[in-house]
Amino acid sequence: MGRMGENLPRLSMQGIAKRFGATVALDGVDLEARAGEVLALVGENGAGKSTLMKVLSGALAPDSGSMKLGEEPYAPRSPAEAHARGVAMIYQELSLAPHLTAAENIALGREPVRGLLLDSQALRERARAALERVGHADLPIDIPVARLSPAERQIVEIARALSLGSRVLVLDEPTSSLSSSDVARLLDLLRGLRAQGLAVVYISHVLEEVFAVADRYTVLRDGRSVASGPIAGVDARSLVAHMVGRDVGEIYPRSARSPGDVVARIENLAGVRLPRAASLEIRRGEVLGLAGLVGAGRTELLRALFGLDPVLRGEISVLALRGPASPRARWAQRVGMVSEDRQGEGLALSLSVADNLCLPSLRALSRAGLATPRAVERSAAPWIDRLRVRCRSPREQVALLSGGNQQKVALARLLAADCDILLLDEPTRGIDVAAKAEIYALIDELARAGRAVLLVSSYLPELLGLCDRIAVMSRGRLGPARPAADLDAHGILLAATGGEAA
Amino acid sequence: MRSILRRAGPALGLIAAWALFAALAGGSFVALANQRLMLLQTAVVGTAAVGATLIIVSGGIDLSVGSTIALGTMAGAIALRAGLSPALAALAGVGTGALVGAAIGAMVVGEVVRAGALAAGAFVGWRAGGSGGAVVGLAAGATLALAAGRLVPRLPLSPFIVTLGMWGAMRGLAKGLGDNQPVYPPSPGGTGWLADLMLPSGGILPAGVWILLAVAALFAVLLRHTRFGRHAFAIGSNQETARLCGVDVERTKLLVYGLGVGCAGIASVLQLSYLSMGDPTTAQGAELKVIAAAVIGGASLSGGEGSILGTLLGALLMTVVDNGCTKLGLDNWVQECVTGAIIVLAVTLDRLRHRALK
Repeated sequence: MGRMGENLPRLSMQGIAKRFGATVALDGVDLEARAGEVLALVGENGAGKSTLMKVLSGALAPDSGSMKLGEEPYAPRSPAEAHARGVAMIYQELSLAPHLTAAENIALGREPVRGLLLDSQALRERARAALERVGHADLPIDIPVARLSPAERQIVEIARALSLGSRVLVLDEPTSSLSSSDVARLLDLLRGLRAQGLAVVYISHVLEEVFAVADRYTVLRDGRSVASGPIAGVDARSLVAHMVGRDVGEIYPRSARSPGDVVARIENLAGVRLPRAASLEIRRGEVLGLAGLVGAGRTELLRALFGLDPVLRGEISVLALRGPASPRARWAQRVGMVSEDRQGEGLALSLSVADNLCLPSLRALSRAGLATPRAVERSAAPWIDRLRVRCRSPREQVALLSGGNQQKVALARLLAADCDILLLDEPTRGIDVAAKAEIYALIDELARAGRAVLLVSSYLPELLGLCDRIAVMSRGRLGPARPAADLDAHGILLAATGGEAA
Repeated sequence: MRSILRRAGPALGLIAAWALFAALAGGSFVALANQRLMLLQTAVVGTAAVGATLIIVSGGIDLSVGSTIALGTMAGAIALRAGLSPALAALAGVGTGALVGAAIGAMVVGEVVRAGALAAGAFVGWRAGGSGGAVVGLAAGATLALAAGRLVPRLPLSPFIVTLGMWGAMRGLAKGLGDNQPVYPPSPGGTGWLADLMLPSGGILPAGVWILLAVAALFAVLLRHTRFGRHAFAIGSNQETARLCGVDVERTKLLVYGLGVGCAGIASVLQLSYLSMGDPTTAQGAELKVIAAAVIGGASLSGGEGSILGTLLGALLMTVVDNGCTKLGLDNWVQECVTGAIIVLAVTLDRLRHRALK
């Protein structure tokens, strides 16, 4: 593709290795990001991607190996130095100052001054120019970025990187909090940046995106780069095989299930803002899916059902209990919920795996009112084994686990509390393929054993592959649940965007 | 829109409180002289609160304000007693604040060992040989600090803990400077113009009020319209982002605490003028009033939000309540309860406003 120059490698890493004590995090990584190309970096969580990113961004120094930027050696000692050399990271957790405006964020650290005072005119002009370059000249630059949408904040972050003169852009899971139309726009933007001669490193679990935007790929497994090449030469299945080191076969298991009694019913439910009108019956022994766009009100529906949000009108009954109830009462009914916001709400990050796992079941665990740490750890251990949570011990801090393993802890909590009704909000968001497959198998097993699963997901193949019935939510209104076998992605999307069908 | 509401909140609160007391207490409250008095009563806490706003905006906190003010009055009074000019005495008070601030800043950014070595050197020298000994001790401490600083890595501490420590240590130091006694400047002539700052009569406004307004104007410009001010906001909003964007977080914080606590030093000069003596037990609990003023004025204790104007209004609101309650003949305990309720109410309203704007 006759783009800039001879596709000279812009950023190259060779034989990068890094160990922490006895743990080998990186064990010889070669990587090459070329100007005018998008390189997809894929691998399971724990494969070493985040360590590699820290080396690349200067947050960690490698034990051995070398990096080059163009022809120059590249060994940044801090993220600020990497930034100054033109290597910018766009992180999963956005790194803007939420109270500052877009204009101030873009100019942060290099604010234009006239004498001693800020030159706000120049500051705003610079922001406009930077946003124009990423095709979003209309983005409001004078309000705190906390009030922008996640997609807009990401644009601001990319604009900031470009205005710093970045030549290498590294995006870590950039789409995990975006709606599908925002994802499409982001991918368009990346194609535009590629045409401007930037080198883009794109880290993602979503293989559809990888195939949509990448020119080449590098697979990381167990701290090593195990495969790389042009994207045209691989298919999804072989890419996944490289990632997990074996053929994964069918990723969505669906054993014969027999739906049983209705365990929960909502009728014309409306929350304070969302949902507006939702009716649904949840049965034992089935996986019921909730599809819809981000912000359609699916999370709010789950929260109302679980007692986290107030109910404005409508009927709820769960088992024998009619009317809204508190989360505490729901746990007592053996209803459990996994939040979509794992870090903010789902887990107490500074507590141990065991503490997180047993939080709702402490009462059952305690003797004479005391829940000793030992008893908590002992009762957590079998669930850690059962879900294959990779941690050093039940005492390890949850914050230190990878995303996939954190999610397993959040799920294990429901199993430890012996939940009959499981409300799962985006349970596989931002986790790797192998962990996803394990969670899918677990959901299938739970449904087969006669438990009820209500699954919210923005990832259609997952819903279609896993659910018995699917209902689509659009702007707060829930459509009827239909057998998954009668639905396809196109119909669901149409219904979700407010068209007809499904 | 949001910034208008943000500013209007504390202003409306102030107007409402004023109107309430005007209606209840009548003439003696609304008298022009009383307005001047209330402004004057705000000068000490208000000046310190301006500096605290800078600190709070950057995500920090200063619990040692009251102790620093007491220490400053002692430093100023001792300078006067030693026969130094009023200007030098005022400088001693302000410098004390800036020095305490620099020490706090050093510990917050992780230079606890160096700061500790300097302080220990000066203290031991002073106990051994008075002010001459202090200088020698300071030099010894500096040598030690240089040596130790190379060996010991940086160890950032939380400002809450650092200033909790300074709250006790600076109060103790203030008492030690005067052997547990107040220090009286030579009277009457020795204090010079320093004695007139807090006199309610003369001029359009008392000098102390002009000082408050000047400090506030300076800091408002500093916070809004300079690179340093924007960096303070950025650090309070998201420190790691600021670092990533090349902001020198450590240097900025040092300056934030130096300037911020320097305001407590200026407040101590006003307090010295008001008391006409250095008092090691003065301004107890001032730190909480200072923080309350900032919070009522819309500052967020988690950083990134706050304004000088808001803080001034917050400080004035508390004065109006104190003064109004006194005019109504209410007991001190009533004032304290009302002030406490207002703090909680202000933050509640602020939360509500945030939610409404979301």
